[in-house]
Amino acid sequence: MVTTVRGRTKPMPELLEHPPSAQGVKPPGGAHAALLPGRVSDDARRRARGDLRRQIATLERELAEMFAEVFPRREVAFEVAFAVPAAGGPRVLDIPELERVRDSLAMRVGDVQSWISERGYVEERNRGFLEQLIAEPEKYPWVRVSNEDVGEPGCRHWHSRPRWGLVGMLMGWWRVKLSSGCPLATGRG
Amino acid sequence: MISPEDVQAIERRLRGDAVPEAGWVAPALLDELPGLALRYLTVERGSGRSPREVKQRLGRLSDRFMGGHAISLRQKPIPWAYRVFFRHIGLDPDRTLTPVEQVSLDRMKQGAFRSRNLLDDALTIAIVESGVALRAFDADRVHGPPGIRGSAPGEELEGRPNELPTATLVVADDQRPLSLLFGAMGQGRGVSPKTKRTMIVAVQVNGVPDVAVEEAIWLCAGVMRDATPDG
Repeated sequence: MVTTVRGRTKPMPELLEHPPSAQGVKPPGGAHAALLPGRVSDDARRRARGDLRRQIATLERELAEMFAEVFPRREVAFEVAFAVPAAGGPRVLDIPELERVRDSLAMRVGDVQSWISERGYVEERNRGFLEQLIAEPEKYPWVRVSNEDVGEPGCRHWHSRPRWGLVGMLMGWWRVKLSSGCPLATGRG
Repeated sequence: MISPEDVQAIERRLRGDAVPEAGWVAPALLDELPGLALRYLTVERGSGRSPREVKQRLGRLSDRFMGGHAISLRQKPIPWAYRVFFRHIGLDPDRTLTPVEQVSLDRMKQGAFRSRNLLDDALTIAIVESGVALRAFDADRVHGPPGIRGSAPGEELEGRPNELPTATLVVADDQRPLSLLFGAMGQGRGVSPKTKRTMIVAVQVNGVPDVAVEEAIWLCAGVMRDATPDG
């Protein structure tokens, strides 16, 4: 396979990497063999692996950002399905293996993105509801909204309760009580 | 003409700091995984009990390293670079944790960086401060400069019943694999109570700057060298 450069013929660069055939004997198929589908040069494979590695790096970055964004919500799983068996330990992955890693990462990024989007919608609605609850607690007796419901860290919750117990309940005197937060950490002893 | 790096190296030598040496990486690997490197430094002592100062330093580090740090860790460039590299070599960093994530997880689980021995404490301090992957070998049981390569057919890691699959990435010396890359240590190659000289090894991957690697090794070596037994 040749290409013309400024009127001269030169072998394609990838062909230069192949060892010359012994004593001028041409490989089966001759020059046409390089045109057959499925024949890819080592250099092209290396470039493909490099591209896949860059894609994996980008996806890993996105996943890392989502990890911090989603915390402290615990419902979402971040473990990417272990697509590449590692029984043999660390090794240089070939193209299909890199593709599997890339695809499983992409799938996970997509899943987490849609989860964040759905969860964001629910939390936004909960925040709106919390404002209503605080404004008119008598309309929502005994309703409790936690920090988790509105996507905030911590253990605080808002609770619509009657003033003075039964009397307040009968009189319709409702208020929102804000809890004091997480229990204090205790030592091992 | 002396380069700025040479000047720094001379300054360090004048101050008494040894300069980390460059290990080797098999050319085929370097071609495939650019940025992969190994640096090492030998410290003329083994491990032992940690003195009070080192324990106090670990305590202060525990106070500085809170849950927020652990959560944001993988967004930082160096821990992220190791996570990416793990994916590139077929390790799942959520199952086989990178060294800095492993010590962070231990910190969260145990409530503090627990002191174990001088070497482990020095490694913990250096890994947390720098994010760089470090490990240590018994320097007297390493023959020639260490490096990274793929295992040859039929090659074994000492203490393991089976042969290593061909092309498994290992840290090796001139004679044999010393450990898996980010994995199990060969039997007798790690630091034991009998160790007299410790080789601190840093595995550098693409995205980890040289200065971070050198800092990690100096930190670890410094903690070990400065440690004087409680008396």
